[in-house]
Amino acid sequence: MEATIYVGVNTLVYDPDVCINCGMCSVVCPHGVFARGENTAILVHKDACMECGACALNCPAHAIWVDSGVGCATAMIYAALRGEKEATCGGSSCGGGSACCR
Amino acid sequence: MPVFRTHPSAFLHTTSSLTPANHWDHILARFGYRREWHRVDPGLYHLGNPTPDSVVLVTSNYSLSFDALRSSIPGVDAYILVLDTFGINVWCAAGKGTFGTKELIHRIQDVHLDTLVRHRVVILPQLGAPGVAAHEVKKATGFRVEYGPIRAADLPEYLKTHEATPAMRTVRFPLADRAILIPVEVVGTFIPMLGAAVAGFLLGGLWLALAAVISMLAGTVLFPLVLPWLPFREFSAKGFILGILVILPFAAIKLTSISVISLQVALSLAGLFLVFPAITAFISLNFTGSTPFTSKTGVRLEMNRFIPLMAWLFGIGCVLTIIARIMSLTGAA
Repeated sequence: MEATIYVGVNTLVYDPDVCINCGMCSVVCPHGVFARGENTAILVHKDACMECGACALNCPAHAIWVDSGVGCATAMIYAALRGEKEATCGGSSCGGGSACCR
Repeated sequence: MPVFRTHPSAFLHTTSSLTPANHWDHILARFGYRREWHRVDPGLYHLGNPTPDSVVLVTSNYSLSFDALRSSIPGVDAYILVLDTFGINVWCAAGKGTFGTKELIHRIQDVHLDTLVRHRVVILPQLGAPGVAAHEVKKATGFRVEYGPIRAADLPEYLKTHEATPAMRTVRFPLADRAILIPVEVVGTFIPMLGAAVAGFLLGGLWLALAAVISMLAGTVLFPLVLPWLPFREFSAKGFILGILVILPFAAIKLTSISVISLQVALSLAGLFLVFPAITAFISLNFTGSTPFTSKTGVRLEMNRFIPLMAWLFGIGCVLTIIARIMSLTGAA
């Protein structure tokens, strides 16, 4: 699948035991990582996760955890050069001319 | 029966039609010209003549986002609630948190949305979700967050049923979306490219100057276009392959212009293949942030794996190129 760039590396953690099956994760995920199931959400495509964090933030039951952030080499390089811990979009660590902020 | 304020004059008005000035603004934004200038005022806009039953659509104050939204729904009467994201698009701003729970709650309360509409629903673009916790907005304001389609273009279809198809919910990166990023990529690397061209010219004449320019344009122009068809998953590996391909004609030119492969020629060819694919690969790696696929963990891993390799190849290649230049200057072939 086109969306899968890195295999077996993302930090997404899902605990179906806590899931209340509200369906929010499958709504917000832009890569179809979660699907609605009978009783709980189902993690169907973990490697497509880009760690945007939408599912975790919108899970009222806290059944999902992910170390979210931007998958942007430019921002990480700028952050490293400026001694910042976290690379962010559109912030001081953003490359400025980067095309991501479209 | 509560009293609804139907036409408060304090609120902003907008239309679904884009003016030539809007289009010009979009072009400038696409070229990265004064990136932070492409803003609209945050607040509540009237699109058409909204009533207490009209939908409330939420967006960022990046002019491209706002314009994409309003122009996608001609003939629809709606409220548009514009969050202050400092001129950054919805997805990036959501990742940063400025298109976020706090700002949305603040805007809903600030414009007294509960006195304007009978319902209690705000429709957000799906890509706003990394910044907004829907259940917390509901708790604080009584408004339920409904995540609409990713693309504004799907809104007319979505508004009929308020159900998004899986296609509307999945982000894609088709050729047109990749191609439109090229101007910003080229503008962003223009000065380094001039520098590389001058350095190339001094070290190897027009031949090397052109190789420098072409290998950088391969990263900024070709790479976005051919991204899905390049082998390997990592952007750096894809970039190396592309860099080698575009540098091949320069090697061929060199080889056809000489009768014997001297040490000097061998060194300059080795320099060619070490320096430029590394440059193309580095630019390609920097394209990760422009795509909707790459994860933080994945990119970090890729950087750790490939940047040292690029640096070594580039460094050794530069040394070989300089030695070749000295040899040709001193006539030691």
